[in-house]
Amino acid sequence: MNRFAELLDRLVLTPSRNGKLTLLVDYFRSVEDPDRGLALAAITGDLNIAAVKPAMLRTLVTERMDPVLFGYSYDYVGDLAETVSLVWPQTPGHIPNREPTLGDVVAKLQAASRSDGPKVLAGLLDSAGISARFAIIKLVTGGLRIGVSARLAKQALADFGKVDVAEIEELWHGLTPPYIELFAWLEGKADKPQKTALALFSPVMLSNPVGDGDLEKLDPADYAAEWKWDGIRVQAVCEGGVRRLYSRTGDDVSGAFPDLAEAMNFSAALDGELLVGEPAATGTFSDLQQRLNRKSVTPKIQQQYPAFMRCYDALQIDGEDLRALPFAERRKRLETFIKTLDPSRFDLSPFVEFPDWQTLEELRRAPPHPIIEGVMLKRWDSPYVAGRPKGPWFKWKRDPHTVDAVLMYAQRGHGKRSSFYSDYTFGVWSGPEGAEELVPVGKAYFGFTDEELKQIDKFVRDNTVERFGPVRSVRADRKQGLVLEVAFEGLNRSTRHKSGVAMRFPRISRLRWDKPTAEADRIETLQALLDR
Amino acid sequence: MRASDLLHPRPEGLYCPPGDFFIDPVRPVNRALITHGHSDHARSGHRSVLATQQTLDIMGLRYGEDFAEARQAAALGETITLNDVTVTFHPAGHVLGSAQIAVEHKGMRIVASGDYKRQKDATCLPFEPVKCDVFITEATFGLPVFRHPPDTEEIARLLKSAAQFPERSHLVGAYALGKAQRVMRLLRDGGYDKPIYIHGALTKLSEYYQSQGIDLGTLEPATVDSGGKQDFTGAIVVGPPSAFADRWARRFPDPISCFASGWMRIRQRAKQGGVELPLIISDHADWDELIATIKETGAGEIWVTHGREEALVRWCDLEGIAARPLHLVGYEDEGD
Repeated sequence: MNRFAELLDRLVLTPSRNGKLTLLVDYFRSVEDPDRGLALAAITGDLNIAAVKPAMLRTLVTERMDPVLFGYSYDYVGDLAETVSLVWPQTPGHIPNREPTLGDVVAKLQAASRSDGPKVLAGLLDSAGISARFAIIKLVTGGLRIGVSARLAKQALADFGKVDVAEIEELWHGLTPPYIELFAWLEGKADKPQKTALALFSPVMLSNPVGDGDLEKLDPADYAAEWKWDGIRVQAVCEGGVRRLYSRTGDDVSGAFPDLAEAMNFSAALDGELLVGEPAATGTFSDLQQRLNRKSVTPKIQQQYPAFMRCYDALQIDGEDLRALPFAERRKRLETFIKTLDPSRFDLSPFVEFPDWQTLEELRRAPPHPIIEGVMLKRWDSPYVAGRPKGPWFKWKRDPHTVDAVLMYAQRGHGKRSSFYSDYTFGVWSGPEGAEELVPVGKAYFGFTDEELKQIDKFVRDNTVERFGPVRSVRADRKQGLVLEVAFEGLNRSTRHKSGVAMRFPRISRLRWDKPTAEADRIETLQALLDR
Repeated sequence: MRASDLLHPRPEGLYCPPGDFFIDPVRPVNRALITHGHSDHARSGHRSVLATQQTLDIMGLRYGEDFAEARQAAALGETITLNDVTVTFHPAGHVLGSAQIAVEHKGMRIVASGDYKRQKDATCLPFEPVKCDVFITEATFGLPVFRHPPDTEEIARLLKSAAQFPERSHLVGAYALGKAQRVMRLLRDGGYDKPIYIHGALTKLSEYYQSQGIDLGTLEPATVDSGGKQDFTGAIVVGPPSAFADRWARRFPDPISCFASGWMRIRQRAKQGGVELPLIISDHADWDELIATIKETGAGEIWVTHGREEALVRWCDLEGIAARPLHLVGYEDEGD
C-alpha cells in the first residue's frame, strides 16, 4: 500500500508528462501482481469499490478523537481525506505485523457489505500509516484526482512493455483488473492476450496539418475533401449485441451519450464526429458543451441537446473488416450502410467539391457553419491505418482568431520553467470611455520562443505590482503594460469567468512591444465573435 | 511568587524582572539570553548576550564579531547567577548550539524551551527534558495533523528520485542554519557520497558545522564558472528556499524542486509552492512530540507560544493541565 500511496503523492505534484510516465513505468516494473494491476485500475477508474460518504468518514474520526481538535485540524488543512489520514489516532504501541498491501485493501473493501463498510474501513485505517491511510480514503471516496488520464496510464503501459499504445488501446476493453495477462505479455513472459471480447476499440487514423508548400506537391484529383467538424471524434462499435461508443483514445463514453448508444442497433464499426442538435440543424460548440463533463445526463438535457453522429468512415460492416480497402471503396460501403440507420442519429459527412486548391482555400476561409473548423483532405486510395501516417489524411484548419490583450498576471512555471514567469493571464478593456478597466479573458503558457520567454520574464520582474505566492500582478493600465497578441480557436460563453467568455486553445502568437496598451482590444470584439 | 512575576511578555520580548534580562528579545536590550541562532530569536544590537558558545559563534558569523558589546558563553548545565536568579542552559535538539533556558528564583522554575524537537539529529545534541513548574513551549506544529515521519524515510525518497531521474537535478530548499546541514548529513548517512552542491548563503554556516566535527562530506559551490548546465546533471543542490524561485536556479538542467520542511506535510502547501518532491523534515517538534514533552516536564502549567496555540491549549485542558497562550510578538510563525 505504501508504494501505491507514494506513487499517488508523486504523481499529483509532478507536472510534466514525461515525469509522470517515468514514475508509472517504474511502479509497474517494481511492484508485483496483483497490486500493480489494481493501481492501474484505480488510476483508469476501472476499480469498483462501494463509496463511503464524507459524513461517514467524519463520524468515524470524531468517534476516535476530540471533535474540537478535529475541527481545528480540518479548518487548517481544508481537505477531509487528508485531514483524516493525518489525525487518525494510532493505538499506542500497536504496530501491525505487516502493513496491508493494495491487494489486501481492495479485497477487504470489495467484500464489505453496505452495513459493515465503515467498520472495515476503520480497521484498515488502524492498520496503515499516514500515506497509506490517505490512499485508502481516496479509494473509498472515489476520484483520485492525480492528474493522470486513462490515456496517459496506457501510454505508460506501452512504454513499460515497449509496444505501441495502439496495441494497448485495442485490447483494453477486453481486459479486467488486475490485468495479470496484460502485464505478463508486456514483460515478455506470455503471448499477447487474445481479443476475445466483443465490440473492441480499433485505434483511429489521424491526420497531419497542411504545412507550407505541402499542397503544391499534391494533385487535387487524388484527394476527397470534407468539412472538419469540431465535435468529438468517436468510434461506434456494435458486435454480437454489445454496443460501445469510444473516444479517439479508446475510452468508453457510451454512458455520457445514452441517446446515441440507444440508436446503435447495427453490426459495424463506424468512425465519425459526435455533434449535438439534429443532422439538419447542427448545434454549435456551445451546445455541445452542454453535453460534456456531466455526471448524469438528464432526459431533459438529452432532449434539448440530442447527440448524433456524423459518419465519415467504416472500419467494419457486418463482420467484414474494411480497413485494408481504399477510402473510396470504404466510403461507398458507408453510403449504402448509413441508409439503414436512424437518420436522426446518423448522417454522412458530405464531400466538399473543389476543382483546385485555390477554390478549396476560399471555401475553407468561409465555412457554412460555425462548428466547422476547416477542411479534411483524404486520399481516395488510402487504407485505414492506425496512427498518424504522413500523406493520406490532412487537416487544413481555418486560421485562428487573434486578439490584442494586455498582460495582467504572471505565474511561475514548473520544472525547466520553475524560475521563469511563464503562465500569463491577459485581459482586454471593458467599461465606458474614460473609465476603462481590464477584464481577464484567458491564460496562456506557450506559443512564445525561449528568447521571448526571457523577455517577458524580465518585464514581469521589472514591472511587478503585487505578489501572491507564485503569482505576480504586473503594471497594466492605459499608459503602461505589455500587449500580447493571443491566437485562439474559438470562444465559449462562460458563467465562471467575469468576462463571460472562455477561449479555446489560447496561445501567445506575438509580443507587441510596439503597441500602446490603450490600443489593445475591447471585450465587445470578443462578444461579437460569440454571437456569430 | 507567581510565575508571571518571574517571566512575562513585554514588547521587547520575554522579560525577567528579578534578573533584569530578556530571553530572545526582538528589539535591542541591555541583557539578552539567546536560545539559538535563528535570526528571529538571535538579533543583533543587544548590549550583552548570554548564549551557548556555538550560538555566539553563529551570531558572529551572521552579524559580524561586533554584534554585541559583551558576550558570555553558557556551558550546558552550568549554573549562572544573574542578580539572584539562577539560569541554566540545556540542549533543545533544534539546531547546533540550541538550548532551553531554565530560570529559577525562590523555588519557582520556568523553562523557556525556545524551538525544539525530539527526533534524533546528528547535527546537534538531543533535547533534554527538564523538570519544571512552568514549561514554555513553542507550537509551530501545534495541530494533530502535523506528524513528522522518520527523516531517514524522507531522505530515502530523495535518493530514490535522484536515481529515477538521473538526467535532472534535484534542488533541495532548506533553511541555511540547521536544516541544510541536517539534510546534508542525512544524505551522507543514506550512503550518498557524491559532492553536494550548495548555494553561497550556506557556505559559512556549513563550514562552521564541519569545524565543529559534523562531517558533511564534500561540498561544492553551485556556480557555473566551471562549465555549463551539464555539470549539474544528476546533482543534488541545497540552497535556501527563496533562491529556487530566483534566476539563480536557471543554471540547473530541468530541476525537480524539493523542499525540506515540516509544512510539507500538507499537500496544498507543496502544491502552491510548486514543490514536486516535498520532504517532511522539520527542526520543530510535531504534535506527538509536543504532547509527550509537556507530560515529561511534569510542569503544572504550560505557556504556549509562537504557532497554533489554540489546539495545544485545548489538549492541555482535556488533560487537566493549566495552559494559556503567551503572546509574544516578532517571531516568524512561518519558520522551518
